[in-house]
Amino acid sequence: MGECTCGGNHKSDMLIPMIGVITDIRTETPDVKTFRVVGRDGKKLFEHMPGQCAMVSVPGVGEAMFSITSSPTNKEFQEFSIKRCGSLTDVLHGMNPGDEITVRGPYGNAFPVETALKGENLLFIAGGIGLAPLRSVINYVLDNRENYGTVEILYGSRSADDLVQLEEIQQVWCKTDGVDVYLTIDREQEGWDGHVGFVPSYLKEIGFTTDKKVLVCGPPIMIKFVLAGLTEMGFTKEQIYTTLELRMKCGIGKCGRCNIGSKYVCKDGPVFRFDEIDELPPEY
Amino acid sequence: MERAKELLTDGTVVRVLGWKQGDLGYNPEPAYFNSPEELADFVYDGFCGANLSKYMIQAGKMERNTLVFLKPCDTYSFNQLIKEHRVNREKTYIIGVGCKGTLDIDKIKNAGIKGIESISQDGDMLKIQTIYGEKEFPFDDALLERCTVCKGKTHLVYDELIGAQEGEEAGPKGNRFEMVEKLEAMMPKERFAFWQNELSKCIRCNACRNACPACSCLKCVFDSNKFDSAQKANVDTFEEQMFHVIRAFHVAGRCTDCGECSRVCPQGIPLHLLNRKFIKDINEFYGPYQAGEDTDSRAPLTDYMFEDVEPSVVTERGGKH
Amino acid sequence: MYQIKKDRLPELFAAMAGAQDLFLPIRKADQTNYGLWTEEVQVDLDTLKTVKSGKDCFFPQSETLYSCKNEDGKLSIDPAKLTDEPFVVFGMRACDVQGLKVLDNVFLNDPVDSFYAARREHGTVVAIACHEPEETCFCKVFGIDAANPASDVAAWFVGEDLYWKALTEKGERLTESVKELFTDGDDTAVEEEKKQIQAIIEKLPYSHLDLSRFTPEKTMELFDSPLWEEMYQPCLACGTCTFVCPTCQCYDIKDFNTGSGVQRYRCWDSCMYSDFTMMAHGNMRTSQMQRFRQRFMHKLVYYPANNDGMFSCVGCGRCVSKCPASLNIVKVIKKLGGEA
Repeated sequence: MGECTCGGNHKSDMLIPMIGVITDIRTETPDVKTFRVVGRDGKKLFEHMPGQCAMVSVPGVGEAMFSITSSPTNKEFQEFSIKRCGSLTDVLHGMNPGDEITVRGPYGNAFPVETALKGENLLFIAGGIGLAPLRSVINYVLDNRENYGTVEILYGSRSADDLVQLEEIQQVWCKTDGVDVYLTIDREQEGWDGHVGFVPSYLKEIGFTTDKKVLVCGPPIMIKFVLAGLTEMGFTKEQIYTTLELRMKCGIGKCGRCNIGSKYVCKDGPVFRFDEIDELPPEY
Repeated sequence: MERAKELLTDGTVVRVLGWKQGDLGYNPEPAYFNSPEELADFVYDGFCGANLSKYMIQAGKMERNTLVFLKPCDTYSFNQLIKEHRVNREKTYIIGVGCKGTLDIDKIKNAGIKGIESISQDGDMLKIQTIYGEKEFPFDDALLERCTVCKGKTHLVYDELIGAQEGEEAGPKGNRFEMVEKLEAMMPKERFAFWQNELSKCIRCNACRNACPACSCLKCVFDSNKFDSAQKANVDTFEEQMFHVIRAFHVAGRCTDCGECSRVCPQGIPLHLLNRKFIKDINEFYGPYQAGEDTDSRAPLTDYMFEDVEPSVVTERGGKH
Repeated sequence: MYQIKKDRLPELFAAMAGAQDLFLPIRKADQTNYGLWTEEVQVDLDTLKTVKSGKDCFFPQSETLYSCKNEDGKLSIDPAKLTDEPFVVFGMRACDVQGLKVLDNVFLNDPVDSFYAARREHGTVVAIACHEPEETCFCKVFGIDAANPASDVAAWFVGEDLYWKALTEKGERLTESVKELFTDGDDTAVEEEKKQIQAIIEKLPYSHLDLSRFTPEKTMELFDSPLWEEMYQPCLACGTCTFVCPTCQCYDIKDFNTGSGVQRYRCWDSCMYSDFTMMAHGNMRTSQMQRFRQRFMHKLVYYPANNDGMFSCVGCGRCVSKCPASLNIVKVIKKLGGEA
């Protein structure tokens, strides 16, 4: 993962974490909260690139990998949008601003925002909590607007209440020039006058042109159908990026559990191009 | 094996669970055979120690019928599993195979016999071809501990028998509680040292648990991440003792003393002694009982009778030493 | 080349142990494993293979990474002390030494695992040539020469003597520290011993397995082989093969609540265990077949793909003798077309 970016903040080993202070907790949906984290000195814990992850832990409870949802262009703090779905996330959801956790990272590769994606038109497709890693890229792109072409965002969730970062989407993304946002929810709901339907079918209804790179993240089943839809529309696998999630313990390609084929998702990923994924045994 | 072919061909069963020839003369593996042709690799010899009753838990969930070869002592496990509703008797065709005792390759190797190419039996002796010349080893000395205290040569459950003789006298038969009695006679400190010495070798590979026919839980408590004593590592020596003691408690009254735990332990820990202690206590407290002997009686630990010992027996006995 | 009478080995051990910790094969409760030398232990150099490999001395089955305290909501982290004292591991075999090289590629590559690195830096390995290799051995397949163990010091038992030759600077330093116990040795006996060992190895049943099929290009073909479904059947899903293996390096990180704080420790893990890939929302390998396949694909295909063709198996044969169901990597290699 290249040069260490933590500024000597880590002690003797990549496995030894830093202490992070939660400064703000936003309730996004009934089961997703966004945690803002800084070091004890009030400064950002480390620098990262969009798509990278970090190990967040509550000692005595557990440690798990989460994608960093804030953009690197944010110089004040890191944010993690975390869905409540296990013992660690249960405890995190019960925490308050001022509470301390441990954080280590950043881990993994990033979306190639400075190389393959630079100068390109971009289409972001996200489902549910899958917006978390893409939000980092979207904000990075919007903060470096001149480096990229058109930006289109297609985001869907089970219901209107399950859309993450809705305020930012409506107040910032929708109001930025050259950015088109398409929202959808799975089922009709009172008070929702937007589109209703699954992300893959909405994708086909809109019918995007193929002169762009696509970044997809969401539940595996959505990814599967989005990929089929995109292929049908004429996109090649080389144009599509996604980010994988597997069980991880070390974050540095040694503990072995995120190993698929000759790749370690924590180190060689989590960001992969679809043609790269195609070469891996189907175990993700 | 011919019989297995017939039963496969006439459709009585669709698969045969037996043992497949290994490549070293002493390492046959449990195997499913799905066609008469595959049965060419079938083998049955003294190294077929694996108790196939354990595999029948899975096989019972597969489609259609399975033929399984069971040694006399394996049938105790199968019966016990019937009692616990873990196997499907209707979907099982059991051929009881005769058993002259199963062998422990480590006993042969520990005698310094290395580079084994093949092993054959010649009367009371094993003839062992090795790279370092031909060696001999007494058959009885190579028996697994469990076979030196054989329960008997009678199959308790079967559809037919091959090579088995009803009522045939068991092989060498010692008192299976001899070592347990020795341990009981030890001073607590000495006994603790014995177990500490043995259990400190444990690598928490879970082979004992996974081979044990009585360990049939779909999810073991030691596989829970929420449990401090989860598998894989011993935080301290206390914990490694707890794993085995908890396991022994859990199979108490259900363990048929098949000896698989000790057979498979890579560190040669005599785990069966923990189970035998329970068996001995149950026999003494509730009358002689052999798990797996039948499929319908009530087990002593789940049956409450007026004559049952009072819990105070524990403290009374504890006072002895 | 130096030489010392076998019956003077206790003096050699005492001398080495006087200056640093000395780990060597110790017989305890009828089994031989690496342990710390003291005058009371029963050293066992006759058993060819310890149950657990010597990897334990560098990558212990469990080790604390750091302790954590929570005082009134304030966390503090106290990293575990890295090994900073020299130690000697005596009695490893050529296969086990190669096992360390397999681990080096994992733990010493960026980012370096400092816990392992510290032990490697401070540990000196004395490896013994295998006087009588066994039928379960197949180190030759991986280009390992059991007659010439490539470690800090190579040693040979010939007749009543132990021959000793330093091969690295570390080995020289160790040799220097115990030199007064040695006499000058003559190469002839050792050369003869080497020839004998190599001749025996030629005759071993597994010495001529063919691994040419196991290449990265064949990843998908091997992965999709219908034979896995057949091979995995007897597997009991225990971790014996992983835990006796000198190259298995997967680990778990867990918390231990000490009552006054939390010790975060790591411990060996096994890809054979069902919870290895279990996440809060699901498991990517739900069947034992998939887990079984992962272990062997990793050793024979994935690891070599990342390490210039070096296999993550050293042919020590521990899994061959220890698997409760008599499965092992040799049977897998043969089944997948590697029969010589």
